[in-house]
Amino acid sequence: MERTIPNIPKEKFNFVQKNDLIHDKQLATKPRGYMADAFARFCKNKGAIVGAIIIIILVLAAIIAPMCTPYTVKYMDANYKSCFPRNELFVSLPFWDGCEPREDNKATFMKYYAMGLETGKNAVKNQEYSLENDMYSYRLDSVHSVGAEYVSLTFEKYEALQEYQNRTGIQVLYPVVAKSDRPQVIDGRKNDADYYFKTTTKGNKINIVYDENGDIIPVYDYYLATQTPNDGYNSLRIEGEDGFINENGQKCYYSYALPNSTGYEVRVNYYEYYVYQHTEVLKDGITTPSFLFGTTSEGQDVFTCLFSGARFSFVFGLVVAVVNFLIGAFYGSTAGYYGGKTDLIMERITDVLSAVPTMIVITLLKRHIDAGPATDMLVLFIAFFATGWIGMASTTRMQFYRYKNQEYVLAARTLGAKDRRLIFKHIFPNALGTIVTSCALVIPSMIYTETNLTYLNIIDLTAMNMTTVGTLIANGQENLTTAAFIALFPAIFLALLMLSFNLFGNGLRDAFNPSLRGAE
Amino acid sequence: MYMFKYVLKRLGLMIMTFSIIFVMCFVLIKMLPIVVSAATGDAADIMYAQLEARGYIMNVVRDPVAGTYTFDNVPVMIQLGNYLTRIFTEGDFGIGTSMVQFANQPVWDVFVEKLPPTILINIYSSLIGVPIGLGLGIFAALKKNKWQDQLINVVVILMISLPSLVFGLLVQYFLCFKLQWFPITMKSGYDYFTWDMFRSMLPAVLSLCLGSIAAYTRYTRAELTEVLTSEFMLLARTKGLTRSQATVRHALRNSMVPIFPMILGEFIGVLSGSLIIEQMFSIPGVGGLYLSAINSLDYDFFMLLSGFYTLVGLSAGIIVDISYGFIDPRIRMGAK
Repeated sequence: MERTIPNIPKEKFNFVQKNDLIHDKQLATKPRGYMADAFARFCKNKGAIVGAIIIIILVLAAIIAPMCTPYTVKYMDANYKSCFPRNELFVSLPFWDGCEPREDNKATFMKYYAMGLETGKNAVKNQEYSLENDMYSYRLDSVHSVGAEYVSLTFEKYEALQEYQNRTGIQVLYPVVAKSDRPQVIDGRKNDADYYFKTTTKGNKINIVYDENGDIIPVYDYYLATQTPNDGYNSLRIEGEDGFINENGQKCYYSYALPNSTGYEVRVNYYEYYVYQHTEVLKDGITTPSFLFGTTSEGQDVFTCLFSGARFSFVFGLVVAVVNFLIGAFYGSTAGYYGGKTDLIMERITDVLSAVPTMIVITLLKRHIDAGPATDMLVLFIAFFATGWIGMASTTRMQFYRYKNQEYVLAARTLGAKDRRLIFKHIFPNALGTIVTSCALVIPSMIYTETNLTYLNIIDLTAMNMTTVGTLIANGQENLTTAAFIALFPAIFLALLMLSFNLFGNGLRDAFNPSLRGAE
Repeated sequence: MYMFKYVLKRLGLMIMTFSIIFVMCFVLIKMLPIVVSAATGDAADIMYAQLEARGYIMNVVRDPVAGTYTFDNVPVMIQLGNYLTRIFTEGDFGIGTSMVQFANQPVWDVFVEKLPPTILINIYSSLIGVPIGLGLGIFAALKKNKWQDQLINVVVILMISLPSLVFGLLVQYFLCFKLQWFPITMKSGYDYFTWDMFRSMLPAVLSLCLGSIAAYTRYTRAELTEVLTSEFMLLARTKGLTRSQATVRHALRNSMVPIFPMILGEFIGVLSGSLIIEQMFSIPGVGGLYLSAINSLDYDFFMLLSGFYTLVGLSAGIIVDISYGFIDPRIRMGAK
């Protein structure tokens, strides 16, 4: 039975409650998109903001810091190994001043104390110490405690060094000690240049001889002013240093060089010699040895190593995350959108891949790939590309399952949208929030795994003149009893990074999926 | 019946996955250059004997006149067959080659010898971690949004974020080196149940269990708060139960449903140990063995341990899924 409804004329309509006021207001607020909404939610989360700020600071530090320091990862100084961290702002305080708190017997203490007496470069901080039960407590400056070194120079280098001394007025060369007066220790360091004073040796033990006032007795090599000096060079002295008068009333000069097979053996204050080497000879921008975060047991600058390691970690995390995002999103959307048999087969493949421990992938890759020094780097990237995208793929797949049967997709399909359009235009943007979140959460876990692998020395980037946070922590851990500070800053860095990424990632997740808050 | 089928299906899938990984691993290893421990001066027949014993070649015949050797290469798939046959008939996983301390020792025996420290440390860490984690989680859930909860929350976030690498380092530096409460590395020897041994294991145990304490706390809190706000709790209270009665009898039991499988999974998972912690505290366990097998390219060890780690990882996953299925039939992971 068909019934036609004739057009009802307009004037026949009238309001039911014409006299009542309409209380509803028209919506005056601006419509807000999904992203803006998520951003507003994110900004409300204080922890996430703090996390984001810390991440930005760390990333900036990783970009800028290696440029600000003259040191490189390759830089190593054999004499400045395991130096304590030194911050110029903390020099007057008893920490972070580049000094090691020590408690020693008199012989050891005097060796360091005498360095300051000779050169004015105080190995014992401010020459301050306290004496208790014959044990001296003091703070030992890591840089100055290297003291003097014997160095072999050719005549030209020797002259250049003298010219530098005369020009700047900085004393680098100090009088040598005759070989017979040096402490003769059977093993350990023979020719220890720090002993410029009288000693006796008994077995491996060096005893210092004191005069009646309890002072050390210098035993510099010297020659009579009337003799020809060993080095055949008279103007060796810095102005004002004019030898001395010996007990027989004869004028004597100190000898500053002993001839040896290749040239001269001179005794230098290593600190000044280092400054001279870097400013005059190598000209590599290094002025004074001062290590903000200390040095490793190989003599590398921890500050430089840490931030170039961090730079690598960030680049690594980002590259892996982007590649995994691309692979995972493609794989996951294919599996999720088509479902059925396609999904089943693809799922089995990811099942197998995800069950392979990373360690196996890396070991086998390392043995099968040979790219010279770049092998480990290549292996690291390939290993993470190979299995890292699985999480991303399953997230994408889940999102596709959630959205693909919704009405709006059906509507679009009815209107004739192709698969590709449905996937990329209609479903994927909706799933993007979740996927981006899992991307952000994946970066720290990548960095963490990378740190673990380098810590375990399974991946070793030193062949490429690179270092990583893990390598540094391993170095500190190996020297835990003597130089734990090597690991201090890398460990702080790693902990901060993980913490801030966690806060940031959780904030992001809460912002994109408010319904998931607190669950995990 | 449905459950039985489900378990069977999961088991089948697991075995399939494991076999694929195992075979791939085996083939890839056999394609690597062969490590022979004969010195250059040794007679050639030692080398050939070694190669034959390791299954690479067969039918070695020495030509007595020319002094040359002829042999047949064994195809990789036949090598795999031989390897599997030996495992199943004689329990023979091969012998150590390039690791000096285990050279010519049966791989399986060494592995079994290395197992106790790893397992013990993980059992201890579970024994400490589970009660503390659950306790803290329950406490936090009961005091939801009060300062105690906030404090626990902050601590949990810190603990979860702090990498075990950093945490192990802190424990080692402060507790072992500065305070000297524990030795820096684990005591060697086989007296696993003495006080000294336990003490030397404690730093590693502590470093391991902190992460899991945080995870348990977080999970328990989330589950329990959800249960506490559900309708049946209201019913229990209206029925006349006190708050503690209702919590213990109804909320706790219900929240244990998802927590228990998690504990089980974590327990199986930690069986494989933490390479980091084992390395840091010099624990003579499976992890250390694995690392040195990797570094010195001892193929038989690598094969066995890779299989072990893969199997542990797979079984942890499957046990969680299956126990979920048993405890809460609404959840059937992986079932359609």
